[in-house]
Amino acid sequence: MIRVTLPAHLRKLAQVDGEVKLDVEGRVTQRSILDALEARYPMLCGTIRDHVTQKRRAFVRFFACGEDLSHDPPDAPLPEAVVTGTEPFMIVGAIAGG
Amino acid sequence: MSGVRVLVGTRKGAFILTSDGKRERWDISSPHFAGWEIYHLKGSPADPNRLYASQSSSWFGQIIQRSDDGGKTWHQPGTPPGEPTTMPDGTPKGESNKFVYDTSPETGKPLTTHQWYDGTAHPWEFKRVWHLEPSLNDPDTVYAGVEDAALFRSTDGGRSWQELSGLRGHGSGSSWAPGAGGMCLHTILLDPSNPKRIFTAISSAGAFRTDDAGKTWQPINRGLHSLYIPNPTAEVGHCVHRIAMHPSRPGVLFMQKHWDVMRSDDAGESWREISGNLPTDFGFVIDVHAHEPETVYVVPIKSDSEHFPPDGKLRVYRSRGTGDEWEALTKGLPQSDCYVNVLRDAMSVDSLDKCGVYFGTSGGQVYASADGGDSWAPIVRDLPPVVSVEVQTLP
Repeated sequence: MIRVTLPAHLRKLAQVDGEVKLDVEGRVTQRSILDALEARYPMLCGTIRDHVTQKRRAFVRFFACGEDLSHDPPDAPLPEAVVTGTEPFMIVGAIAGG
Repeated sequence: MSGVRVLVGTRKGAFILTSDGKRERWDISSPHFAGWEIYHLKGSPADPNRLYASQSSSWFGQIIQRSDDGGKTWHQPGTPPGEPTTMPDGTPKGESNKFVYDTSPETGKPLTTHQWYDGTAHPWEFKRVWHLEPSLNDPDTVYAGVEDAALFRSTDGGRSWQELSGLRGHGSGSSWAPGAGGMCLHTILLDPSNPKRIFTAISSAGAFRTDDAGKTWQPINRGLHSLYIPNPTAEVGHCVHRIAMHPSRPGVLFMQKHWDVMRSDDAGESWREISGNLPTDFGFVIDVHAHEPETVYVVPIKSDSEHFPPDGKLRVYRSRGTGDEWEALTKGLPQSDCYVNVLRDAMSVDSLDKCGVYFGTSGGQVYASADGGDSWAPIVRDLPPVVSVEVQTLP
């Protein structure tokens, strides 16, 4: 079971509290997590990555295990702690200005 | 007694104000979509309980929201709360926030670039929905004007959107350039007498009209004169801020341009200036009295860099008749030290007798007049900066 944390605005859109838990088939990557997340919560389509290009939106960042994974390839395998559910895959809104 | 519902979009959420026909006491709903920019929300003329809202943020992009109960509850079309979000086969029910430009060779006359501020070619990129215009007779049909400028239509209540690509593809699209606020399609006027005729306006390309329900378009900017562009009388390139019409006379249009207030008596074929004695002819909003097609309202703003009223006095100007003579309406409006702006979608009228006029400011006030502009009072004072104001007259 993969644990995913969402920023508050996206939790509200998806009508969830706290972490989201997802079953992800195959290799656990950014892409496979986002595919599973959007399949379960289609209202999040387009809010994290572009509908067409599938690129991460500029002001959205990905973290796990204390590492910034935002610029990693979307098909790169994620840390084992994310795969086992020990650590969450964190989707974070970038801080831009005060 | 009939009533009024005022739909207010702000930089940090939507607010809905309601009153009875006297328009003296107002109830204000708590913020909807708190924390998000609400560029516009508008009700369907065919079903006043059907509302559409454009919710956006720089972080998470565009969301379309819909209410079927007059704004009490909202949902993203295609995924009503409490219902499964996917079809039995697992596919998403709706893609209500998916705005994809038409690039198909069959219909799209595909355009890949427009002009950037520095004159270079720039890719077309969807940013947000500026304006939602529900159909006059079908609650499930709604038009969306977007940035980068294009017109989209949904015929399934906002679940999915298709571009009416003949507008971008009509020939001049590659030369369009953004105004200071972005390259936005901000005005959509549906002709009540001719379902195939639609007017749109784009900053800063100009005004356009279709007579075949959106397949083909033509620029309608003859008579506009813009000193801030290389060719002041160019066919396109004018920064039109807003156009308005009275539904009983859809061939007569009024325009607040970047500078100049204009009028057309031939559905945009030609325009003439009616700025007359206005203290400045820069501004954003323009609207028409609900019962007097010759009565027009503007809010003059000092200049394109000083976005506040001249002399610190917030004044609505009203023209009756030909449009060249304007009277200042000041009763109840601040007449000293007022430096707010009134953005292009932030004025509307109700159709009660007497006509109500409403506008919102960058300072978070919404002012209303229940007597056609003779006197004004704030119906709410301390909202986030107001982006849009729409009014529904309820039975």
